[in-house]
Amino acid sequence: MADDKKFAGFICTGCGIGERLDAGQLETTAKRDGKMASCQQHEMLCSKEGVQLIRNAIDNDGATHVMIAACSRRAKVEAFSFPDVAMSRANLREGVIWARPDTDEARETTQDMADDYIRMACAEVKFMTKPKVSGEQALNKTILVVGGGVTGMTAALETAAAGFPVHIVEKTGALGGWAAKWHKRIPGRAAADGVANGTNVDLPMPQDNDIADMIAAVEANELITVHLNSTVTKTSGAPGRFSADITTESGGTATENFGAIIQASGWKEFDASAIPSLGSSNADVVSNVELEALAREAGNGPIKRPSDGKEVKSVVFVQNAGQASSAEGHLPYHSGIGDLIAIKQAMYFKAQNGKDCDTTILFDNLRTPGAAGEDFYRSGQQQMVIFSKGQVGDVTSSGNGATVNFKDLILDEDVALQADLVVLDLGMVPNSGPDPYAVTVALEKLPLKERDGKKAEIEAQVAAASVSIESILNLDYRQGTDLPHLSNGFTDSHFICFPYETRRTGIYACGPVRRPMDIKQAQDDATGAAMKAIQAAVNAGQGSSAHPRVGDLSYPSFRKEGCTQCKRCTVECPFGAINEDEKRYPQFNESRCRRCGTCMGACPVRVISFENYSIDTVGQQIKAVDMPDEFSEKPRILVMACENDAYPALDQAAMSGQEISPWARIVPVRCLGSVSLSWVTDAMNSGYDGIVMMGCQRGDDYQCHFVRGSAMAAERMAKVGDTLSTLNLEPERVVVHEVAITDIERAPRLIKEMEEVVEKVGMSPFKF
Amino acid sequence: MTEVVATNETILVVGGGISGMTAALEAAETGKKVVLVEKRPYLGGRVSQLYKYFPKLCHPTCGLEINQRRAKMNPNLTIITMAEVTNIEGEAGAYTATVKLAPRFVNDNCTGCGDCGKAVEAEFDDEYNYGMSKRKGAYLPHVMAHPMQYVIDPRIIGTDDAQKAKDACKYDAVDLEMTEREIKFPAGAVVWATGWQPYDAAKIQPYGYDRFDNVITNVEFERMADPKGPTGGRIVRKDGKEAKNVAFIQCAGSRDRNHLYHCSRICCMASLKQTHYVVDAYDDAQVTIYYIDIRAIDRFEDFYQTVKAMDNVKFVKSKVANVITDKDGNPICRGVDTEGYHRYENTHDLVVLATGMEPSVAKGDFPVDIVINREGFIEPDAANGGVFAAGSASDALDVNRAVQHATGAALKAIQVVNRVARAEG
Repeated sequence: MADDKKFAGFICTGCGIGERLDAGQLETTAKRDGKMASCQQHEMLCSKEGVQLIRNAIDNDGATHVMIAACSRRAKVEAFSFPDVAMSRANLREGVIWARPDTDEARETTQDMADDYIRMACAEVKFMTKPKVSGEQALNKTILVVGGGVTGMTAALETAAAGFPVHIVEKTGALGGWAAKWHKRIPGRAAADGVANGTNVDLPMPQDNDIADMIAAVEANELITVHLNSTVTKTSGAPGRFSADITTESGGTATENFGAIIQASGWKEFDASAIPSLGSSNADVVSNVELEALAREAGNGPIKRPSDGKEVKSVVFVQNAGQASSAEGHLPYHSGIGDLIAIKQAMYFKAQNGKDCDTTILFDNLRTPGAAGEDFYRSGQQQMVIFSKGQVGDVTSSGNGATVNFKDLILDEDVALQADLVVLDLGMVPNSGPDPYAVTVALEKLPLKERDGKKAEIEAQVAAASVSIESILNLDYRQGTDLPHLSNGFTDSHFICFPYETRRTGIYACGPVRRPMDIKQAQDDATGAAMKAIQAAVNAGQGSSAHPRVGDLSYPSFRKEGCTQCKRCTVECPFGAINEDEKRYPQFNESRCRRCGTCMGACPVRVISFENYSIDTVGQQIKAVDMPDEFSEKPRILVMACENDAYPALDQAAMSGQEISPWARIVPVRCLGSVSLSWVTDAMNSGYDGIVMMGCQRGDDYQCHFVRGSAMAAERMAKVGDTLSTLNLEPERVVVHEVAITDIERAPRLIKEMEEVVEKVGMSPFKF
Repeated sequence: MTEVVATNETILVVGGGISGMTAALEAAETGKKVVLVEKRPYLGGRVSQLYKYFPKLCHPTCGLEINQRRAKMNPNLTIITMAEVTNIEGEAGAYTATVKLAPRFVNDNCTGCGDCGKAVEAEFDDEYNYGMSKRKGAYLPHVMAHPMQYVIDPRIIGTDDAQKAKDACKYDAVDLEMTEREIKFPAGAVVWATGWQPYDAAKIQPYGYDRFDNVITNVEFERMADPKGPTGGRIVRKDGKEAKNVAFIQCAGSRDRNHLYHCSRICCMASLKQTHYVVDAYDDAQVTIYYIDIRAIDRFEDFYQTVKAMDNVKFVKSKVANVITDKDGNPICRGVDTEGYHRYENTHDLVVLATGMEPSVAKGDFPVDIVINREGFIEPDAANGGVFAAGSASDALDVNRAVQHATGAALKAIQVVNRVARAEG
């Protein structure tokens, strides 16, 4: 293979590069130190002509490895797109000339910097291979939907409408879920265009329940297969080749293959027995779910109270019952849709029990957001529903009906309101499986020192708690059976820009298991999840990574003979992509992998690599830097920066006229989690004076795109101090910082701080 | 980029904010051909002007970087900036779009080197900072702008400055002869993601936005918090005084029959977020939030509780009646605290109006037949054919919900073009 490689370098002299730097010397460096077989200069490499120069080298001269020294790898990406070769880029514009002052004193160190970036880019490309698809992938267009409620049915119909077959697995004996039980629906729309301002106008009213039509549509769709009374008892494989055991109540199991999975396992009602002070033992105090049944039973006639069957003449809605409360056994969040439900249900009484039926909604903050929400609130007011801002103390009873004791916050007085019926707004609890990271989450809440001691205790607690939690997917994964939780048991994405980001590639949660939501929101959500599932299946079929490195065809491979079966990669992969085979070697599942490199950073024996990102592609860059001797007064600071945040921050710093230390040599990394300890020790051994690592924020509000990468790096690097001590080096020579993309001033300052450290502790004695 | 290769299997996405980018990328990453049309010279829309997101207090430009990288790498996606869709004719599976291209006066040769910007002298209000600072007549809209190409302000065309810009460019990228053009191309489905704009605060006369320097809007306040913004991240008034005592007036223009009927959903959370900015900036900060209801939906409740627990933050349930100023220009909020009916007259350093979101496209201005509601948002309706709303064009949505919605819109569009593909076999 090595013989087939042909290296070609290209140096752009535009944008001031040619004026500020000695391009002839750069070319010599590329050929002499970088071993480029050829190296050409162009005054505007990104122009059609410049790009053609590169294209010709590939097409006519057989170049297989291309080194481009020009602007930042973030600029002119479209022009410098040569997917048929291995390519590296040296950042001479943002990284060198824009980051350094244009003065005579700075000229030499600026040229040194540029020469080093050429050496680094040449070293990098030398160890890269153009990624090829592995052959592991297959296109499987069939999508598995777990859950046959309104969310699951919508996901199935939308998927089928795009031409993709679907299987729905539903635990109960019928499709429809909760929504099929509702008397009417919250209207999903706002007032129509043209409706006048004023009272008695045409505002949205509760809609008829159309779930039966939807069930009929699912049953009639020839692309949809429904499995009732069934659960998923085992899921193995990866996107493009998931295999699921679908087991019926009677015990029969069918195994089906899928491209991707949608989890629409829904929610359950909060248990009102946890809030006895609100009268949950009184027959005339019902939950909002129970009221739907009462309203349905009544047909379109008057709703009767459960205790004696009397027609209800007054009803009080107690909002947020046991929700948004820090009390023991209560829910710390609220469902967000309780007020819309109360308005809808108050309208049942106005329509069925007569306009003179007193309907009072006791709220704290009325939550009817958006256009449809606010118009429905207005519609409720128009129907003479009474809204009171009140803090409910308790619900008492003597005889039939109940009394709600509350503080009226507007009138600032205590009120006892007697009603025939009281409706409690109970929260939604997600139907999620056990959290694979429950132990980690609990441990990380403790101070570092206490974690080891408490581990066994927490593991026992989590194990005891999970006994009662049924798995939804029964994933045959090294890292647990189900989707990780975000908070309060919901499986939502942690990323605001990426609501469908998932830590189990190809498996997308939607509907109330992801976040509390109503039917309209759940249907929108299901459509989005169907999009992602289809996309995951398509990309898996091509061997291309899922978000955020879509299009990346590389995947991790490992040298089996070197592997010590330490399991760090299988444990630390943030996406649970790696299983262990029967001989306890890691088993990489290409299409589950997100190409972050955390496994590579975890591996103590350096056997894991990607074709285009490996121990060598970075390690050789570190070694390629020209190391001036101890007495040169030219320290070298290695900066390893997250390519998504810290590296762009440094680019932007240069674009905004900030200076970056001339001693810095910056290497972008996919994620700080991919940083191998060997790079750090090799760098220290080869004479670097300091190392600055820049990753994303970790902790509860982590910003790492690969979830755990930044946290793993910090944990690993915490142990670097010992290594440094054995080398007799000062521990402050290596630092890890959390850097955001907005840290345009701070990022260069952090490098400058290392410069000051080196001044203080002196140059490294390891310069040979 | 004005040569558009499109067919009836192409998806047209109108609007390149986070919703439009999402819809375009999700479709393109599923192998569909997509043309994305954006009115501004760059992608990212209003999200690119936000400093932090609630509730994580993370940075929107972080996600923008990912989305821009996705866009740069994807061969299925064609991006046209400074362009507006003026007409869409036809039906689902067979539309023809007419797009008006405004001249950038800079072509694809631009390397982003900045020489033209240095050469030009004229300065204009910087739209990116809502006019709170100046920019050159030849400018990169912001440091992360994609495409990373300069723009020549049409107001300098015909002046010496224009010639200076042209002369300064070594790459023949400045083209002063560019004129407005119109192009037409086919598309099978359309994702309409034109987003929102802040309600015009000057219309809320009692708050004196147009009269008082120290009454500003939440979008302006957001720029102020950004270290890249007009004040370098300092929370200060126009007169230079540190704004330590800040009032937020909620529902400024929202939930109001005289202004916007709807609740804009995001403003409560935005003000809670911006409260963090003030409290983080000054140890002796004082924040007052005047509100009707605090709408921190579902798990955002935590975020509300965190702010509520701060000693120096006060919540007053009241729609402020009016704002006046004292002799030093300090704004005074007047009204009645409805919890107990107490009158108040509170002096602050700065008043921030939590202005609502209104659809960017006025009701009569849609270039295609589409069903809208009273508030001007697009309703999903079979009558819309192959045109699907995404994000805040459909309702007042936060970023997370807008992106979620846009992801679904991408599938709706794919369903149409897949039907076309099947029909064409």
